Amino acid sequence: MNDVDDVYDVVVVGAGPGGSMAAKTAAELGLKVLMVEKRQEIGAPVRCAEGVSKEELSSLVDVKKAWIAAEVAGAKIYSPSNEVITLSAEQAGNEVGYILERKIFDRWLAKQAAKAGAEVMVKTTAIGIEKKKESLKIKLRRMGEEFDVYASIVIGADGVESRVGKWMGIDTTLRLNEIESCVQYLITNLKYDMDYCHFWLGHNRSPGGYIWMFPKGNSSGNFGIGVMPSMAKKPAKAYLDDFLEKEGVDTTHVVEVVAGGVPVSPMEKASAERCLLVGDAARHADPITGGGIINAMKGGKIAGEVAAEAVKRNDFSAKFLSVYDRRWKEDFGKTLERNKALQKKLLKMSDETMDKLVRCLKDCDLKDMSVGSIVKALIKKNPKLFWDLKDLFL
Amino acid sequence: MPSKEVVVDRFKCAYCGACVSVCKNNANELVETFLVINRELCNCCGLCVKVCPMNALRIEEV
Repeated sequence: MNDVDDVYDVVVVGAGPGGSMAAKTAAELGLKVLMVEKRQEIGAPVRCAEGVSKEELSSLVDVKKAWIAAEVAGAKIYSPSNEVITLSAEQAGNEVGYILERKIFDRWLAKQAAKAGAEVMVKTTAIGIEKKKESLKIKLRRMGEEFDVYASIVIGADGVESRVGKWMGIDTTLRLNEIESCVQYLITNLKYDMDYCHFWLGHNRSPGGYIWMFPKGNSSGNFGIGVMPSMAKKPAKAYLDDFLEKEGVDTTHVVEVVAGGVPVSPMEKASAERCLLVGDAARHADPITGGGIINAMKGGKIAGEVAAEAVKRNDFSAKFLSVYDRRWKEDFGKTLERNKALQKKLLKMSDETMDKLVRCLKDCDLKDMSVGSIVKALIKKNPKLFWDLKDLFL
Repeated sequence: MPSKEVVVDRFKCAYCGACVSVCKNNANELVETFLVINRELCNCCGLCVKVCPMNALRIEEV
């Protein structure tokens, strides 16, 4: 017999925003929850540009000043030949609004999960899962000591390097055209307009991706790049270093360097028998923007709710848990699919065409800054170029 | 015939896990925050070398 102490309804692997939302939601719904994080600190090292939409974040949590590093009024987009368009405050939408201090935010969110009753363990890695008849035996290693816990269901919020999905029969391996290879410097003493997020486009400087600068308060900012490895000729870091040198950015004040892979190709099924995947593990990041925080949190919340429903029904079958897929698809899955179609198109687009498009955005009347309304405006001006996407966006 | 292996430069690696996510053989693993390459599983396909943002991986002849 198992010791009741090591029997849980749900084990959540990974304590990023997705995992914590799942743990918090499941605990609030009365489940016995354990959340494990392999790193010794929740929220560090962060692998993220930290931008989120104000509206979306506020719909998920009470916004706290403690973890908002900066607020932005809009975005400046630079075409391959450096034509700039400024999307202003009234147009600010998705991915632009708040710049988080993820180190504080992730920790705060994990504490919310703990407050709701979830147990939290750091420096604890899931090293394997054994499927038993009535439960899962989850093998954990905490500071070198191996032990087992039992759960009815596992929520894999274990990031781009997810193992949980693979153990449970979901192939999460990414191809080189399904991932953005990213590196980012936190630079201080920057000389940019810190009321805006800055985006630089162009296959020459960032093949299959873009370069960004997100302000983090005072004169600091996250200066980063994402490149698609299938198109890149050198590592992401080399492209970023080249760009910073050409831009004349003073890099004598780099206070942090982070790297990461962002999945940019949605998957069909993020559920299996006794298993739900959330966040990067479920490839819930946006294929165009690479933004993943909001979708991870939404997915986490849905996963927590579905887990609670499964426990109530005592039904952990793949068939019942597929309700999770239906729900995330209804919520943000359609946008992921749509933006994937757009991404495929942009990847084939020449820098000259991109220049043209940025130029023609200058006199577009945009309702907001979301990918959707930018593309809507572009389709109206360039129906030929976007003919095949019109049904997805208009 | 010379054999090859993937080598990680620990001074460059930022432990981001990008290499883990593309490995078909699950040879790369982030153990806590330490990248481990399991030579038994690795077939030196080089995908992880291409995805590494930090240029921390290379294939070496041994």
